[in-house]
Amino acid sequence: MWKWINSFAKPEKAYWLCSILLPWFAIVAVVSLVVGIIWGLGFAPSDYQQGDSFRIIYIHVPSAILAMGAYVAMAIGALVGVVWQWRTAFMFMVAIAPVGAVMTFISLFTGSFWGKPMWGTWWIWDARLTSQLILLFLYLGVISLYAAFEDKQQAGKAAGVMAMVGVINIPIIHFSVEWWNTLHQGASITKIGKPSIAEPMLWPLLICILGFAAFIGWVTLIRMKNEIILRDMHRPWVAKMFGVIRPEKVRRGDKILGDSDKPRGGR
Amino acid sequence: MVGSALIAIFKKDISLAYRQLAELMQPLMFFILVITLFPLAVGPSPDTLQRIGGGIIWVAAILSLLLGMERMFRDDYADGTLEQYILSPTPLYLIVVVKVLAHWLMHIVPLFLISPLLALFLNLTMDMYVALMLTLLLGTPLISFVGAIGVALTVGLQKGGVLLALLLIPIFIPLLIFATSAIESASMLLPYHQQLATIASLLLISVALSPMAVAYSLRVSQN
Repeated sequence: MWKWINSFAKPEKAYWLCSILLPWFAIVAVVSLVVGIIWGLGFAPSDYQQGDSFRIIYIHVPSAILAMGAYVAMAIGALVGVVWQWRTAFMFMVAIAPVGAVMTFISLFTGSFWGKPMWGTWWIWDARLTSQLILLFLYLGVISLYAAFEDKQQAGKAAGVMAMVGVINIPIIHFSVEWWNTLHQGASITKIGKPSIAEPMLWPLLICILGFAAFIGWVTLIRMKNEIILRDMHRPWVAKMFGVIRPEKVRRGDKILGDSDKPRGGR
Repeated sequence: MVGSALIAIFKKDISLAYRQLAELMQPLMFFILVITLFPLAVGPSPDTLQRIGGGIIWVAAILSLLLGMERMFRDDYADGTLEQYILSPTPLYLIVVVKVLAHWLMHIVPLFLISPLLALFLNLTMDMYVALMLTLLLGTPLISFVGAIGVALTVGLQKGGVLLALLLIPIFIPLLIFATSAIESASMLLPYHQQLATIASLLLISVALSPMAVAYSLRVSQN
């Protein structure tokens, strides 16, 4: 079992897994996003207080939840990479980071548009808004640290440390900011016992969350495949897959360039 | 054996810092200048300054410590001492603790000496001043220990300065919130033990965990 899991540390195996999973994520994402959004925007009952403007919840809440979920996934990837020295785990981390950052941005943007009619202002220094904004900064920190290194193997490790520091900090930031100022409404779905949102509104929301999660997985897999190919460009298995066999490589046998991570020559 | 090596490193860092006094003074000058800018920008009214004074001093302290932080591992990286630290039988974890402590001592003592003057500048009351000193005493080692992670990650990069600020400022936000709220409570003569206790607990967590992260990051930077 352990050996089987460890085999995914190999780029070619991880690439194969990505290709297998990709269509499933794509199907789930498309189906549930179409169903959830149409149901939520068209058929769910409107709110007695907020009217139809509450419907942005079907985009705002999934993106906000999954922005944090993607960060945790990224940090788990970093942990696996640091502890078990998986190169592919760092590739996953790099693949999901910009996706999560965009989700964070979407949640801030839609939240701002929801805040204008409801609270009468685009932005307020409220606890959740602030911690979401800080989450965006943490994402940008990881991305820019990764971009700052020439050697991508080193970059992965460094950005991994930063991602883990961030994930330890997120609860602290969340708690401190909450304690500092609170205006945002409480959590609607995760309240223990009965959710405080009506059932006809809840179902499309859950479907939308599923759709967003599958969408993130989809985009991440595409990005990860790309990253694997980019980093392993000079390895024989990539050349074989694309049917490109350079004459000098054939002459020196299949083993060449097989044991180095550093990109040779220009990208 | 380990103890004497650590003491030697501590002494080396302290005496090196003293021999580069000019470099040590730059963050301090920056600290004073930032604080001087605020009365000019928001107006000299004593009430306004008293209300925002604690926050200003804390923001300026974080920024100036960020400036000085870059040199924590820079010289050791440049002349190869860092490589010897990594190779030496003394645990890198302990070396990091000693280096961070030495750095903190050299950068915080001047800040402490100058702060009565700044409290006067910003019209802080005695209670606020005491709260400011206590939060600085507990908070600045936290900045040094957590900041060391960022420094260790960026030490091998040529243009690490701005990136360092981008990485670290979001992480210092909880500290800033608790410290300024302690000062605010002090200004209203309310107790602020809760905030101090929270900062102290964050400090203890960071002292325990961050040297591991720093040691790993230094190995990554050294490649």
